[in-house]
Amino acid sequence: MDLSTNYLSFELSSPMIPGACPLTGDLSAVRRLEDAGAPMIIMPSVFQEQLEREQVAFHQNLESGDDSYAESLSYLPRPEDFRLGPDEYLEQLARIKAAVRVPVAASLNGRTRGGWMDFARLLHTAGADALELNVYDTLIDPDRDAASVESEAIAMVGEVCRAVAIPVAVKLAPFYTNIQHFAMQLEKAGAKGLVLFNRFYQPDIDVENLEVTRSLELSTSAELLPRLRATAALYEHCAVDLAITGGVHTAIDVLKAVMVGASSVQMVSALLQLGPRYLTTLRDELARWLELHDYESLSQARGSMSLSRTPDPSAFERGNYARILQSWTRT
Amino acid sequence: MATRDITTIDGNEAAAHVAYRVSEVAAIYPITPSSPMGEWADDWAAHTRVNIWGQIPKIVEMQSEAGAIGTVHGALQAGALATTFTASQGLLLMIPNMYKIAGELTSFVMHVAARTVATHALSIFGDHSDVMACRQTGFAMLASNTVQEAHDGAAISLACSLRSRVPFLHFFDGFRTSHEVNRVELLTDDDLRSLIPQNLVDEHRNRALTPDHPILRGTAQNPDAFFQAREACNPFYDRLPRIVQEEMAKFAQLTGREYKPFEYYGDPAANRVIIVMGSGAQTVTETVKYLCARGEKIGALVVRLYRPFAADLFVAALPSTTRRIAVLDRTKEPGATGEPLYQDVITSLYQAHEAGALPTGDIPQVIGGRYGLSSKEFTPAMVKAVFDEISKPAGLKRFTVGIVDDVTHLSLPVDESFDIEAPATVRAVFFGLGADGTVGANKNSIKIIGDDTDMYAQGYFVYDSKKSGAMTISHLRFGKDPICAPYLIKRASFVACHQFQFLGQTDVLAYAQENAVFLLNAPYGKEEVWDRLPHDVQQTIIDKQLKVYTIDANSVAKAAGMGSRINTIMQTCFFAISGVLPRDAAIEAIKRAIKKTYGKRGEEVVRRNFEAVDKTLEHLHQLTVPAKATASPAKAIDEKSAALPDFVKRVTTVMMQGKGDLLPVSAFPVDGTWPTGTSKFEKRNIALEIPEWNPAICIQCNKCAFVCPHSAIRAKVHAPNTGATPPEGFQAVPYKAPDFKGLSYTLQVAPEDCTGCNLCIAVCPSKDKANPKNKAITMVPHLPILERERAKFKYFLDIPEVDRTRIARMDAKASQFLLPLFEFSGACGGCGETPYVKLLTQLFGDRLVIANATGCSSIYGGNLPTTPYTQNRDGRGPAWSNSLFEDNAEFGLGILLGLREHHAHATGLVRKLSARIGDNLVTGLLESEQHGEANIRNQRDRVLELRKLLRSVDSPDARLLDAIADYLVRKTVWLLGGDGWAYDIGYGGLDHVISLPYDVRILVLDTEVYSNTGGQASKSTPIGASAKYATAGKTTQKKDLGLIAMSYRNAYVASIAFGANDNHAVKAFLEAESFPGPSLIVAYSHCIAHGYDLKNGLEQQKLAVDSGVWPLYRYDPRLVGQGKPPLQIDSVGGKADVRQYLRNETRFAMVEKIDPKRFHDLSESSVQNTAERLALYQELAKIAFPVTHGGTNGNGKSVAVTETKGA
Repeated sequence: MDLSTNYLSFELSSPMIPGACPLTGDLSAVRRLEDAGAPMIIMPSVFQEQLEREQVAFHQNLESGDDSYAESLSYLPRPEDFRLGPDEYLEQLARIKAAVRVPVAASLNGRTRGGWMDFARLLHTAGADALELNVYDTLIDPDRDAASVESEAIAMVGEVCRAVAIPVAVKLAPFYTNIQHFAMQLEKAGAKGLVLFNRFYQPDIDVENLEVTRSLELSTSAELLPRLRATAALYEHCAVDLAITGGVHTAIDVLKAVMVGASSVQMVSALLQLGPRYLTTLRDELARWLELHDYESLSQARGSMSLSRTPDPSAFERGNYARILQSWTRT
Repeated sequence: MATRDITTIDGNEAAAHVAYRVSEVAAIYPITPSSPMGEWADDWAAHTRVNIWGQIPKIVEMQSEAGAIGTVHGALQAGALATTFTASQGLLLMIPNMYKIAGELTSFVMHVAARTVATHALSIFGDHSDVMACRQTGFAMLASNTVQEAHDGAAISLACSLRSRVPFLHFFDGFRTSHEVNRVELLTDDDLRSLIPQNLVDEHRNRALTPDHPILRGTAQNPDAFFQAREACNPFYDRLPRIVQEEMAKFAQLTGREYKPFEYYGDPAANRVIIVMGSGAQTVTETVKYLCARGEKIGALVVRLYRPFAADLFVAALPSTTRRIAVLDRTKEPGATGEPLYQDVITSLYQAHEAGALPTGDIPQVIGGRYGLSSKEFTPAMVKAVFDEISKPAGLKRFTVGIVDDVTHLSLPVDESFDIEAPATVRAVFFGLGADGTVGANKNSIKIIGDDTDMYAQGYFVYDSKKSGAMTISHLRFGKDPICAPYLIKRASFVACHQFQFLGQTDVLAYAQENAVFLLNAPYGKEEVWDRLPHDVQQTIIDKQLKVYTIDANSVAKAAGMGSRINTIMQTCFFAISGVLPRDAAIEAIKRAIKKTYGKRGEEVVRRNFEAVDKTLEHLHQLTVPAKATASPAKAIDEKSAALPDFVKRVTTVMMQGKGDLLPVSAFPVDGTWPTGTSKFEKRNIALEIPEWNPAICIQCNKCAFVCPHSAIRAKVHAPNTGATPPEGFQAVPYKAPDFKGLSYTLQVAPEDCTGCNLCIAVCPSKDKANPKNKAITMVPHLPILERERAKFKYFLDIPEVDRTRIARMDAKASQFLLPLFEFSGACGGCGETPYVKLLTQLFGDRLVIANATGCSSIYGGNLPTTPYTQNRDGRGPAWSNSLFEDNAEFGLGILLGLREHHAHATGLVRKLSARIGDNLVTGLLESEQHGEANIRNQRDRVLELRKLLRSVDSPDARLLDAIADYLVRKTVWLLGGDGWAYDIGYGGLDHVISLPYDVRILVLDTEVYSNTGGQASKSTPIGASAKYATAGKTTQKKDLGLIAMSYRNAYVASIAFGANDNHAVKAFLEAESFPGPSLIVAYSHCIAHGYDLKNGLEQQKLAVDSGVWPLYRYDPRLVGQGKPPLQIDSVGGKADVRQYLRNETRFAMVEKIDPKRFHDLSESSVQNTAERLALYQELAKIAFPVTHGGTNGNGKSVAVTETKGA
């Protein structure tokens, strides 16, 4: 069965891409993923502010006790050559790139224009075949309105796209006032792909200790639904490649994603739970399903359930909400 | 030949630069002020820098200086070129081997940053008392008097040693030269190769021990042979002075820099001459030049080759016109007929006269004097005073200069206004705070000027005696001519005060000359600054017509994301207004330096520094100085000082004000004995924010008080009505627990003693339910609440402490109701050691004797001007002493044995006088239990009763018993020290006292590194940690001191970490103290050398314990008799990831930055080792030893009687 797809101008043997996660940053895991059929690798995100904080903290910790007391004018050795966060990421990118044949995309989480631009160029130079930009920002500034947040993001994406010659995909948050409009603006700015959606690792509350805690909850297939809806709605309106990430666990999940118009899916939770070899299983299951249902290829199914092609578009619309609730009360 | 680099470096780096390149092996051990030489060597080896033969020298850190010189001796015997670096006590530890190395005529050079030897007190500063203790070893001794000479002398020494086969002690003055930054022309590798001919290196190697050409050395000789064989070396020493002359001449030919074994400066027809050696020589020669230019007929004879003392060269160097000589010695030999150099001069003159070879004809009149002990300032004014003295027809024969000796009246009067400095030299003085980067910025400025321009630059830095909130004073000189002024600046053309609060504490502007520029960092707008200045400062500015510039550097730093580091900002201000360099060129140079220094630390670090530079100029303002001072004058008499004890008023206060130099000899105790309890008078006010208590939220757990490193937050339970009227804002709430039902509870901050470290906030578990950001204590700005809190703290101190005997269960909480007898030390803010020390004094302070190994704990415990160990209301408290670094266990054991003898003596007298004392009291005094507060109290009462009875007994025995009766109350002897002592240099003694059955208590404050000397690796340093001398990350596992101690099976052993389990720590202290036999507590102590913000120290301690890196356990041999396993493991490892623990600390994280693979390997080894150690302990904890004969505690004492009585 022909499962091939085209994403960000790369001919991929299947649509199931390991998404940004610890596995895709580990050389041996990446090798196992490729062996299991991963058609592309999205490396873990490098966060601009994390790198900056790390640099500054390292610098301060190194020097904090200096020149205070005559016997101890410093407390730690001063190595001349050491690697900082970006160097480590770039080195790892180069190592992974050298180790696999499939395309490798770097993933970048930036905050300021300078940060996006500098890192994007470095990643390109280090051999990334594509870039995935994560425009997730924590908003704690009450003076910024939604329009300025969107226009800032669009401007930054535009700058990055102009600065690098490799395809750029933008990973979106699920919360935009009008995602279709926003998506079209991003396309105009030069984005070649949209990735729907970022899963926020939201802080939790410890009610005993009155503390904010951080935990990683793996996704379930239930999370797929808003992504299906958004993809179905964008498919006809945007020329960019769409990718779904978040909630893709089974071959049927993949199929649904493709049917609403996704060129590819990105998988993390399922691979973390079941290991790289699960990709092979999934691929077999997907092929078997398509064969059983007399599809010629996967691409035949692409977009078949998008908003304009689905037999019942109203199911994606507002009224559907009331119907579902009613069905719930009846049962 | 390659051109020679010119650079600005300090004396240590200058000497190490040569020593490293001409050595194959260096065995090292840290000791101030020589440690940086070893650090440079280790650092260069880590960066694979090669010596002149293309090899990376092998650098090995040993367990002590004795170990280092032993290793060197071995390497030399194997034919390698070896070196070592040391000072002071370290040099003394090398002496036995120095005899051997010299006796075997071995080519070798050791480099010594000469430092005071501890006598009545330790001193880290410079004089010649250490090198003078080596003049009998057979080593040649070459003195280098400047930073350039420290570089050149290192090379000349080796050249001479290889030619002569006599080993060399190459020395220069500690701190004054070792830490002075000055411009140096570096010798190239080719220079060194031409100075050190390969054939001589080959000859050295050919004398090696090798089985290919077997020989034997180190025989034992008998009366028939030893004497003659000892004389056989004479020709080597006879030849040596000529060799040194020739090598110096060769050196001059090569470099243009001329040196002589004895070098004369001054008028060729001088009638008065000073003879001097070391950095003081430059002061003397410069003064001589100055005075000669004004018609004086004087000179200076500078000694470089001190041993062998070539009398013929010496007399030949003296002008024939010399009539009077003053010999200056930077050492003291009590009881000698004169100090060593003086004696050598006298002997040489006499011998030459006898031989008719004295150019002066008659023997000149010679007087001898001491100067500069422990880096005491030695200035041109003092040189002039000496010349004045030898100009007198009947001056002093023996003198001192630089102090006021009002006891033996030996000191010379000095005209302080005498100044020889060239007006064209830019002289700048900077006042900074340790953590603000001032010194670093100044070192950087010197490099910019020294390396990038044709100007000469010099820097010297004066540090505080405290580790927290320390003031630094930088003395910088710049000029077109070489800077030859090894003394502090007194009249500066530029004065900068980087911390506004210093204006009220120190006379900053005393350094400013007329019309000087004054740069002030003030946390105020330019309109407000003038009004904020104290009256005296305003008046001085007006009187001296100073140009005042001001900047709010902290705001600029904050805006640029630089935290409290104002270094770059103040450096930019200096260049902008000092006129040393054109402003634009200077700014460009600063940015270049930032890029160079911080480039590798990341773009963000560079960007923030650049931003700081750019923002500085727009925030720098010149003040318009009014014609009159506008502030109110300060009160003439400080009311506070009126109430001080006499000694504190006369001596301590003067030293606290930085005016200790003015105190005369009579002010000081004659034997180094100082009163305790004086840190409370210091009131340093260094915290910008201090904790404020909210009783409504507080659960009264006392954890804040427990963790406070400075005893600056305290808890009391007390009667609801304390009698006196409480000051405004004083809070007391009902005590919540049942043990003191009905009493009140107060938590109080010592507002002027808190360092603002935040540990108390970190540990506080109580949160405001409506606003969890607020805890029961919250940091608030210091100044607005200072007055109120000061009054509250004073009132709080007067409230009586709770009756110790009423505490039913002693745990972490209860311990904090006991008065701390260790308070307000100079330890780092957030120190991880001092909470243990404080706890120790709370639990046992009134009967505690501490033997303290040299290190951090001896510095914060006993570095003057003030003493943190203090006394309770009865005048009892810890007695404390520091002997040495290496002997503390033995020292403490000796104290214990002394106490036991007093106890035995008193016991015997009680028995002897039993008829008069009465059976009941005798039995009570001799048989009573003395563990626990109530028992101790009862025993004290019995002693009181005994004394009452003795009054009516008229016998010598009764008087004697009265004198020693206090020894009937059990004392407790604790040996304190860090891991450098316990694991390394003092381990032999520590091991021995553990093997003995005596009740010594050993508290190891384990920071896993030599903290006090700046973070060198010890055997406690864990695998994977980067430390000095182990830059790339230590590859071997931490020594398991506790396990070794357990192997004796007679000692109580505990491993504790107060941040992880405070109750466990208290329990271990109590058990250790009650154990009949030796006890050892190894205490995890987070430290500034671990490289993270210490406010997270407690969290990191938890991680250490939860990950298993630092297991908590107690090994109690008393349990054997109960049929139980003696080892109890009190923590569960594996709850946290070892790697997470490692990554939190820069000492580990740095290895990942240097070499990720190495970090991975070392951290995996750490994980494995942690697991192995836990597994081993878990198995050990299962072993219950068979009990025979009722069991013993391993100390020959029946377990039935598990506690000793008496000392």
